[in-house]
Amino acid sequence: MRLVTAIIKPFKLEDVKTALELHGVEGLTVSEVQGYGRQRGHTEVYRGAEYQVDFVPKVKIEVLISAERAAAVVDALVEAARTGQIGDGKVWVTDVEQLVRVRTGERGPDAL
Amino acid sequence: MVNTGDTAWILTSAALVLLMTPGLALFYGGMVRAKSVLNMMMMSFGALALISVLWVLYGYSMSFGNDVGAGLLGNPTEFLGLEGLMEDTTSETGGLPVMAFVGFQAVFAIITTALISGAIAERAKFGAWMVFVGIWVTLVYFPIAHWVFDFTLTDGDGVVTHVGGWIANNLGAIDFAGGTAVHINAGAAGLALALVLGKRTGFGGEAMRPHNLPLVMIGAGLLWFGWFGFNAGSAVAANNTAAVAWVNTFVATGAACLGWLLVEKVRDGHSTSLGGASGVVAGLVSITPACSAVSPLGAIPLGLVSGVLCALAVGLKYRFNYDDSLDVVGVHLVGGLVGTIGLGFLATSAAPAGVDGLFYGGGADQLWRQVVGALAVLVASFVATYIIGLLIQKTMGFRLSEDDELTGIDNVVHAETGYDFSALGGGGGSHTQEDALPSRSTRTARAAESAAPAEPSLFAESLPHRSTEGA
Repeated sequence: MRLVTAIIKPFKLEDVKTALELHGVEGLTVSEVQGYGRQRGHTEVYRGAEYQVDFVPKVKIEVLISAERAAAVVDALVEAARTGQIGDGKVWVTDVEQLVRVRTGERGPDAL
Repeated sequence: MVNTGDTAWILTSAALVLLMTPGLALFYGGMVRAKSVLNMMMMSFGALALISVLWVLYGYSMSFGNDVGAGLLGNPTEFLGLEGLMEDTTSETGGLPVMAFVGFQAVFAIITTALISGAIAERAKFGAWMVFVGIWVTLVYFPIAHWVFDFTLTDGDGVVTHVGGWIANNLGAIDFAGGTAVHINAGAAGLALALVLGKRTGFGGEAMRPHNLPLVMIGAGLLWFGWFGFNAGSAVAANNTAAVAWVNTFVATGAACLGWLLVEKVRDGHSTSLGGASGVVAGLVSITPACSAVSPLGAIPLGLVSGVLCALAVGLKYRFNYDDSLDVVGVHLVGGLVGTIGLGFLATSAAPAGVDGLFYGGGADQLWRQVVGALAVLVASFVATYIIGLLIQKTMGFRLSEDDELTGIDNVVHAETGYDFSALGGGGGSHTQEDALPSRSTRTARAAESAAPAEPSLFAESLPHRSTEGA
């Protein structure tokens, strides 16, 4: 089992969700987050005073998926999230040791 | 016999001006950080509450009582408690009930004092602010309102029936609605208090950007709206002067907004919403003293210059390193000076005030009167406010501790927070008042006993749990 975590541009969420659905992903978790990468935020000006705003609004997506389908899901996700502009985000995959479906108590791949 | 038209307009204007103070609360509230929004708004509401009472007790009398000497102060006991002012004393030819004038002038005292709060945002103890409001409005605003707004009256035979203040009568400076008494006064007081309280922790380094610009825009809109009562109402009648003042106020404000936006576009590359809102206020401030003295075509350059100069002046605090947090100096002191002194140049005898300024062939006669009036109020207000502020700081303490300031003034001073956007609600927790609705922990225990006969508290337990939570 794998956990795919992606940080993407907020307006790309719909595209990514649609792409994941086409690849059989049945559930995902979305959070509104903020942060920065190499782009380092942006500047804002209030009454002539310039502020560097480091943290940019992003969306974090978390998807649990079987190990064999992880690569395809990541490819689809990256494809859907890419604009080619700076700040497109990152995707990473981690191993999941245990998984339980709360309602039924099913464990492991059955709980996916 | 009461002139119903005048009375209706002045009572309406008074209500319009009253709305400016809650409008100011929104304007200021949106400009501070999210952790300080409630305190910022409460400084305006506190001033509204306290001065409402003080005005009736002795404020009106100090401002509009018969002069006690040299045009400096009205007799504080003449109209104490307003007891003698309920009778209709209007003449046969028609007039305004005194109480309408009392109400109209009251709201000027309130907005002036509330304006100062922007200079000490996010760091003043609320109790100390309220003490300051009471002392300041008594020792600074009431006398200065007498100087500027209280006109000497004569009866039909030329006998003086009432002696007013020195700026209005002896000096003869024109201040139609409060460029000196309201804006220069509040601006100079704001500067003094900002110096007494010192800078916010992290000023100049941390990003202290406005947390809610839509609130600022709503506030500016309410100020804009209320200001027509402020300026056109200052005719103290529903007449031609009021109508001219209305149109001048209208056009100067538009010009000032454009001026501010233009400065931003040229200097920063973007015209901002905060700049637009600020330009509106800068224009309203500058036309306030001048709206009966200039023509609509004169009001346009006056507003434009105010918008440009105020936009440049708000940067001074960084250069001179004082934390006038919401630019009371940059907008109200500078805008007040532009309007008060500017009318010495732009006044035209074709306008209701009937005086020619320098540009209209009147020479420097009106100009020097304007400069003296402006400087007198500036210096008096700055010095008196600095002393009052310092006394409060040295006795009860004016400034919040650094820890409390960093935690957030809303939470520390008012035990509230402005916003709860979380779906989980208020950070969890439960109601902790002992005799109140059951808290979440006791609710579980009580559920086990729920076979017991129904009692009133069981109804409370069936409510959705959010309603029993203290946020």
